[in-house]
Amino acid sequence: MVRKKRVVLTFPHSLVDKPITYHLVKDYGLVFNILKARVTPQEEGRLVLEIEGKRENLNRGIKFLKDLGIRIEPLAQDIRWVEEKCTHCGACLAICPTQAFTIDPTTRKVSFDKKKCIVCELCIKACPYRAMEIRF
Amino acid sequence: MAKTIKEINERIKKGKAVVVTAEEIIDLVKEKGIKRCAKDVDVVTTATFGPMCSSGVFINFGHTKPKIKVGGGKIYLNDVPAYGGLAAVDIYLGASALPDDDPRNKVYPGEFGYGGGHIIEELVAGKDIRLKASGYGTDCYPKKELKTKINIRDLDKAILYNPRSAYQNYNVAVNLSDRVIYTYMGVLQPRLGNANYCSSGQLSPLFNDPYYETIGIGTRIFLGGGIGYVAFSGTQHNPRVKRTKKGIPKEPAGTLALIGDLKKMSSKWLRGTSFTGYGATLTVGIGVPIPILNEKILRFTAIEDSQIYAPVIDYSKAYPLGKETVLKEVNYAQLRSGSIKIKGKEIPTSSLSSYAKAREIANILKGWIKKGKFLLTEPVTPLP
Repeated sequence: MVRKKRVVLTFPHSLVDKPITYHLVKDYGLVFNILKARVTPQEEGRLVLEIEGKRENLNRGIKFLKDLGIRIEPLAQDIRWVEEKCTHCGACLAICPTQAFTIDPTTRKVSFDKKKCIVCELCIKACPYRAMEIRF
Repeated sequence: MAKTIKEINERIKKGKAVVVTAEEIIDLVKEKGIKRCAKDVDVVTTATFGPMCSSGVFINFGHTKPKIKVGGGKIYLNDVPAYGGLAAVDIYLGASALPDDDPRNKVYPGEFGYGGGHIIEELVAGKDIRLKASGYGTDCYPKKELKTKINIRDLDKAILYNPRSAYQNYNVAVNLSDRVIYTYMGVLQPRLGNANYCSSGQLSPLFNDPYYETIGIGTRIFLGGGIGYVAFSGTQHNPRVKRTKKGIPKEPAGTLALIGDLKKMSSKWLRGTSFTGYGATLTVGIGVPIPILNEKILRFTAIEDSQIYAPVIDYSKAYPLGKETVLKEVNYAQLRSGSIKIKGKEIPTSSLSSYAKAREIANILKGWIKKGKFLLTEPVTPLP
């Protein structure tokens, strides 16, 4: 069974200059799409990946990463909707390519579904109240 | 049966006034009819909560010892320049003012994370604001430099004065070009990627009184969480536009100049706002009561989103060049449904004005009137 996961990888600086994602393809037959990357020599590196593959391979691949000392978190943790700042105007609605924002037809209030978010950051520029924050 | 504002106020004072919001009146009229509602309902409350660039505050920060004359000199609040070309310590801070060292659009699109609107929000929230001023020194005002902190509670006066607010209708912005554009109507994706609009529609004050029969100069309103007044017709006020058969403007029309005591307002209803690639501004909460004096006025307040039309305009070329051709007219029910169809393409829509917050304001104002805390006013003079 093929599964897909969106994860944020945090590399310790000792691993930043090592080829790692390559092994995901070579050794575990995983397909990945880099959604976002920040890798600076001598510093911590961060990578947002969408990984796809057989469940067994996916689990083995993730174990391989963890054993190397890479921290793995689900992607949605890194995008934050600061509800106190939100005015529920809905400026985020049309800009979002994955419909992660919805407006309740009765209350007219906005809600954010982290699971649908791909961290494209379009909402960050579109929100006039800076209620969308990225931790990256 | 016609009523007078005086009669309505008597009922408000006794706690007997029947007050509903501009949203509630729609169903009420459908249920009971115009005649019955005009008789039963005393006041309909309207509201809006949207970005309004023509906003700002007059501040008198009090005299220093020795005295300084800022007029003719320079004045900054948290590094954002204010206008000092007035008397010694009277200044005006505009919502779209930016720090001198803000990169603006040099790194395109600029963020505009902090400007006049944000300072107004912080000031109202009771935060200390750094003030830096310079004057040229006179015999009666010898001090030339001033660095201090101000707080709203210590100010002699802080007055919100908006030369233009509560636009009666507004454009729906789209982008026909091949690149992303950053406008005061938000981020617009290329090739009709999205459509942004900005009005509370059926809740909006001037849609509920399209010929300004009750809203006039002197009208008491909810402004930024406190009490304000209509000071005058706003800049660019233009009642002579195309209207529907029901009299509702089909393009931007009337506007209001508003004034009120900032000290009594709240940062919940005055929000610093940033438009990427465009600038800083202030989002203002406004609530306007409409006295139901007769059936005609009641009929106007029963207007609903599906009967209010706005023009769709291209903001990549037509708007900046001042050659606005209307691509299509769409109504607010369509806009609120989440998508509209232009040139055969289904386009997702977004609002810049918060309907949820407008509804909250209309209900707060309704509560004030019902409790007898807020009386209605006769306009001193009608708007043009």
